[in-house]
Amino acid sequence: MSTAAPQSFVSHVSYVLRQNPVTMIAFAMLGALIICAVFGPSLVPYDPLASSDQILQPPNASHWFGTDHLGRDVFSRVIVATRLDMVISIGAVALSFVAGSILGCIAGYWGGWFDSIISRGLDMIMAFPLFVLAMGIVAALGNTVENVIYATAVINTPFYARVVRAEVNIRRDAGFVQAAKLAGNSDLRVVALHIFPNALPPMMVQVSLNMGWAVLNAAGLSFIGLGVRPPTPEWGIMVAEGANYIISGEWWLAVFPGLWLMLAVFTFNLLGDGLRDMVDPRQRR
Amino acid sequence: MLKIRDLCVQFETRNGRVDAVRGISLDLARGETLGIVGESGSGKSVTAFSMLRILDEGGEIASGSLTYGGIDLAQADDAAMNDIRGREISMIFQNPRAALNPIRKIGHQIEDVLRQHAQATAQDARDKAIAALEEVEIKDAAARYHAYPFELSGGMCQRVVIALALACHPQLLIADEPTTGLDVTTQKTVMDLIQALARSRKMGVILITHDLGLAGSYCDQLVVMKDGEIVEKGKPDALARTATHGYTKRLLAATPHKGKKLHELVFDGTAHPILAQGDVLLSVQDVTKTYAGKSGPVHALRGISFDLHKGGCLGLVGESGSGKSTVSSIIARLQDASTGEVKYAGSSLFDVPAAKFAKDPRRSKIQMVFQDASDSLNPRHNAAQCIEEPLRHLGGLGRRGRQDRVNEIAGLVGLPTSLLSRLPHQLSGGQKARVGIARALAVEPELLILDEPTAALDVSIQAIVLNLLADLRRRLNLTYLFVSHDLAVVQMLCDNVVVMRTGQIEEVGPTTDVLASPHSVYTQQLLDAMPTPMS
Repeated sequence: MSTAAPQSFVSHVSYVLRQNPVTMIAFAMLGALIICAVFGPSLVPYDPLASSDQILQPPNASHWFGTDHLGRDVFSRVIVATRLDMVISIGAVALSFVAGSILGCIAGYWGGWFDSIISRGLDMIMAFPLFVLAMGIVAALGNTVENVIYATAVINTPFYARVVRAEVNIRRDAGFVQAAKLAGNSDLRVVALHIFPNALPPMMVQVSLNMGWAVLNAAGLSFIGLGVRPPTPEWGIMVAEGANYIISGEWWLAVFPGLWLMLAVFTFNLLGDGLRDMVDPRQRR
Repeated sequence: MLKIRDLCVQFETRNGRVDAVRGISLDLARGETLGIVGESGSGKSVTAFSMLRILDEGGEIASGSLTYGGIDLAQADDAAMNDIRGREISMIFQNPRAALNPIRKIGHQIEDVLRQHAQATAQDARDKAIAALEEVEIKDAAARYHAYPFELSGGMCQRVVIALALACHPQLLIADEPTTGLDVTTQKTVMDLIQALARSRKMGVILITHDLGLAGSYCDQLVVMKDGEIVEKGKPDALARTATHGYTKRLLAATPHKGKKLHELVFDGTAHPILAQGDVLLSVQDVTKTYAGKSGPVHALRGISFDLHKGGCLGLVGESGSGKSTVSSIIARLQDASTGEVKYAGSSLFDVPAAKFAKDPRRSKIQMVFQDASDSLNPRHNAAQCIEEPLRHLGGLGRRGRQDRVNEIAGLVGLPTSLLSRLPHQLSGGQKARVGIARALAVEPELLILDEPTAALDVSIQAIVLNLLADLRRRLNLTYLFVSHDLAVVQMLCDNVVVMRTGQIEEVGPTTDVLASPHSVYTQQLLDAMPTPMS
């Protein structure tokens, strides 16, 4: 936002929040997630990696979410894992946002050959079952957290590129674009500073949905043993490890990390409409 | 037939309740045509929407009664309203292209309406749809039945919309700005068609328009609305003679017609002096433009030549598709021509391709004001940023100097400084037009291309903007290329006129000569479509 009146943006954000209680809840939950991610290790009562002799305890007053087969506190592990899962999802979404925006702008504004090549390339990515593609990328590049981020970014890029391409394309011949050219802007500046910002409202919806997917995707990869490795706390691994104990009745091992994962995805999905309204100048009065 | 008493309509908005219509009363007899005239925001469309109960979200009929043939439309349940809509009361919308489903054949769309109201069966729907198309004078209706809306011109689309509205033989037709956005010649044929159909069917018509001249020529009764209230009503000729309310008088004055002078459009206008012209500033020589189309090349321009003298104002007149916008965007260097030459102050503009022209020193000399002020302002930039934009790249001024220049130019076009921090959607149509003009003038151009700058404005605002343009031309010694489809506007502002049709020049000459003795048939048609003064 490069608006001349910052106060009006702040008041607009508070208006959007007041107007829509769901958005308010979503932002409160996002705030809680961010606090967990930043201060997690110092908030939790136990060391998430330290094992003890109290193994497989059900939820109780001292271990809210119970303990696992090595006697580690599940609550501490779930909270500490927030940081890693958020880093993976935000990193992946940021990468795909940038890459998708650039590709989409080129395809939408210049069209022609650029459009054909970029669009067909993106179609190729989308033609794969995306999770299998991500598995393949991680398996080929090596089993590290960075590669999980890259893989998640690659499979999400086409969605951003398509949104941007469509938004840029419909505005390519708009009056304000021609006016910007008359004002002496080069094509690059016209796309970057005049057309692209107008694509932000739908992009915000895409970002919030994608954050949810990215969290799920990261958890899914670790569930099948790619990406994050034990004993690092991560929601996907914890669900995978806990799944072995569900049959024998120790349900809390899988349920609590799964619940936290669900809450995170839910939060990101609810953010969408609110974010869109915040970056859309037309919502301002 | 229709009786409205003390109608009040309110809208729930972010800033509380807003009264859109405040207690209006109307009567319409069978076979009568009633014109509701007012500028945007006067509540004229809301009145029409409340008759069909299709108000936007948040709007409701707060009080009053709408009686149609004994039924109270304000109280009727949804099933009854569905029956009335289309069959008893029908409506024509402002933008015919938006009113038609783009992916369905027009014949099928008419069939849908017929079968919805049980006016046709699967067997005879096709014949009835073709008959409906024939009735609105669409030639070769059986073939047009299979056309999609995008294959038809704006005027044709509006005919289809009329056919849709009239398919079930309604008793009352509401036409909401039916000809806004259409060329003057098409406007005349569409209005003549509505009038003829209304007469032959003894149908009541409510014509909603901002154009008093149009309403005056086609309506039996006129109602002038302002701020949700009726300020004056009466028969057109009586209203023209005995208008008492200041607003009606202002509207009457602002309506252009043949022979009217520019300063007569506004109350306190002073005559604009005739300006001396200098040497040839712009010389367009045999310019052609050919696009590659699906079925062979499309010739948008077939050899256009004209001269524009320094300090002069040349009107470029033609209907949509005549190539007038292509010429202006070639001169503005937004696109390249196929062949030909444009010389500006003696040197060729085509030396530098359009894509590279942004860096050319002549960029600041040639600027343009766009047709649709809303579309041509970046929705994310406030008014000051919009005006400042050309200065950033072409002005060579520092931040401080740019701000001073923005304030200076805003004062010049009469834009209050308090509005400069507003975003485009927070400005009115007239204010947006001023921002567009200010932006073009910011870098002190010599040649200003005006591409229908007033086409999207109400007549009263148009009057003010046109006078502002004439005033600026004198004060800043500007040269204008004024592109328009409306000869009535061109005759007031321009010294010379070029009439274009299908990419060719039909007629060139001084405005007074062309108006007095047109040589081509097409110019004569344009002259005929000009509204005559209401007496």
